Amino acid sequence: MSRTDLGMPAFPRAAERATRDQRLRGNLRHATHTIRAKRATAVAELDDWQRLRAAGAAVKNRTLRHLDHYLLQAEAAVTEAGGTVHWAADAAEANRIVAGLVKRTGEREVVKVKSMATQETGLNAALEAEGIRAYETDLAELIVQLGHDRPSHILVPAIHRNRGEIRDIFRREMAAWGRPAPEALGDDPAELAEAARLHLREKFLRAKVGVSGANFLVAETGTLVVLESEGNGRMCLTLPDTLISVVGIEKIVPTWRDLEVFLQLLPRSSTAERMNPYTTTWTGTTDGDGPRAFHLVLLDNGRTDALADTVGRQALRCIRCSACLNVCPVYERAGGHAYGSAYPGPIGAILTPQLRGVTDPLDASLPYASSLCGACYEVCPVAIDIPEVLVHLRERVVEGGRVTRHGARVTIKPAKGHAAERAAMRAARWTFDHPRALRAGERLASRTRRLHPSRLRVLPGPARAWSDSRDLPAVPPEPFRDWWARHRAAKGERE
Amino acid sequence: MRVALFITCVNDALFPGTGRATVTLLERLGVQVDFPAGQSCCGQIQYNTGYRHETEPLLRRFARVFAPYEYVVTPSGSCAAMVRENYPRLGERAVAEGRGGELAELAAEAVPKVRELTEFLVDVLGVTDVGAYFPHSVAYHPTCHSLRVLRVGDRPLRLLRAVEGLELRELAGAQECCGFGGTFAVKNAAVSSAMGADKVADAVATGAEVLCAADNSCLTHIGGTIARTGRGPRVMHLAEILARTEADAPSRTAEGFRR
Repeated sequence: MSRTDLGMPAFPRAAERATRDQRLRGNLRHATHTIRAKRATAVAELDDWQRLRAAGAAVKNRTLRHLDHYLLQAEAAVTEAGGTVHWAADAAEANRIVAGLVKRTGEREVVKVKSMATQETGLNAALEAEGIRAYETDLAELIVQLGHDRPSHILVPAIHRNRGEIRDIFRREMAAWGRPAPEALGDDPAELAEAARLHLREKFLRAKVGVSGANFLVAETGTLVVLESEGNGRMCLTLPDTLISVVGIEKIVPTWRDLEVFLQLLPRSSTAERMNPYTTTWTGTTDGDGPRAFHLVLLDNGRTDALADTVGRQALRCIRCSACLNVCPVYERAGGHAYGSAYPGPIGAILTPQLRGVTDPLDASLPYASSLCGACYEVCPVAIDIPEVLVHLRERVVEGGRVTRHGARVTIKPAKGHAAERAAMRAARWTFDHPRALRAGERLASRTRRLHPSRLRVLPGPARAWSDSRDLPAVPPEPFRDWWARHRAAKGERE
Repeated sequence: MRVALFITCVNDALFPGTGRATVTLLERLGVQVDFPAGQSCCGQIQYNTGYRHETEPLLRRFARVFAPYEYVVTPSGSCAAMVRENYPRLGERAVAEGRGGELAELAAEAVPKVRELTEFLVDVLGVTDVGAYFPHSVAYHPTCHSLRVLRVGDRPLRLLRAVEGLELRELAGAQECCGFGGTFAVKNAAVSSAMGADKVADAVATGAEVLCAADNSCLTHIGGTIARTGRGPRVMHLAEILARTEADAPSRTAEGFRR
């Protein structure tokens, strides 16, 4: 993934910093609770939501099972319609292909449709290194780009910013990128949108190359589909001479009939709308209408490896709606940057360690970034059991074992730093499997309770993380099983 | 009716009052309660931390110890959820790993017997009025695994509404996690504490004297936060409310947090 993501602190430390940022906490709380409530209303309108959800999961499962077939079918259809298909095994290859295609046009700038795949590959930085400037045209991506910032949400990349901050960024930065912000720009949302519109219009009308991702790729006709709210996507997808779309291989749906299911699931789950304002579809090139050259870059970047994992592969069903982020109590308090990847929140916590592996300390910490409360699974429109995959990946971290990396079966070692935990878990299991020892331990704790400090304010070792903010309950005079023995004896006498 | 009580390791060691209350309540309702002494822990903490293989001996023990019983009742939503949701997975994974069907068979025997306390009361015994008396204001926190894995729904609320003298207060953001999450509370202590603080703030806002739940793990977290800040309702397991009758002396605080 993006180079800027490397060397980030592990999740707990980054999240800890975020919990102390009261403005960030306020921005996130306000935004996630608003979308959360709207989504619940939009979903409640459909009485067949659970069946739609099951259908979405089933279509994706079937597609993933026969992914090789559908990819070749899509390649043939795109080629037939006048497009060119490129295959990228990883992020670097995808970026190299895109940079090469742009250079061949002789252009030095591109306009971009909001795209998770190109965030994942770090395309903008790669293009910059080749002397090509990429302009983000989605409003929130623009805010992030102008602010020299990183996205913190899949749908609303600038969710961590409030309108006052956005006004300041526009005033300070717009001039360096093109048309400056109006002098007396206020923080009214309509005013901010108008400033962005004027700034972006210049880019749309000038750009000769557009870069996009896609929400779906319909295999039977080779049609790409982008859903959006602002209309910037439509501009980028229709005005330039050359269009390059970077699409993850899991974005395929076999037929238009299958697409229908997702056109219901996605808008309600992501923006809480019955239907999104703009849906753009295109198939190869059309004479006299839209781009004259179309390139599709199909991106693997760890997806085939994830597909080889029978438990983890369900993460590939994701349609990037971000409903799981909006309900996640951990995301709400940690913010998206703590996840150190283009994919924050619960889905990121299961996707990133599969796409990048668990050797980096940050990636190894992501499966633990959850209390396993299950709210994410409940709202997921394609029924990804995120808690199940989190626990599965925790096992990969602590036990290592056989995984697929770069297409080959390899055995990975357990992650470092879990030795004491592993010993404690084994000891606990031994004790729990020897009830006499368990009872002896409980009695010892009860009988020495007068010696325990009246309040354990600072516990030793890892337990200190508990005692920093929470007391422990006092040990009772006797464990339940001792009371039970007397209770049963007394009852026996009575009966 | 004869049922086995699965007390859970946390309740056995730290909250025996919840066990006593569960026994008192069930016996008052005419249930013959047994406590097989070979029981210990469901293995949830090991499983959820990534130590699936350490959980397997505990699945075997669970299935063996509770084999003679038709029902296994437990006053813990998350332990019931561990058995019901994850024991079958332990079996499936063992089969997939070519280790035979033993665990899957044991899980298949154990799972249908397990009932969280409120499920047992409402679904098996068919009661919502358990004859309890508790003249206090109470807020109920639904706990994630009861809510989203077991899907106990409004069973606990129906039981609480039928308690004489009890005034039920609504908890804002009730469905949100309290931030415990087992080892999450230690591994991501800052986020966990922030979630706990928000939950306590919502509990305080109810003005209730008591915050109850059907899981002492969550109450350890919420109660531990309240004990540290010194502000908030008293936390109590639902069973301890349902066990109270008019004949009982005013509540004692023999265990739990020092206030």
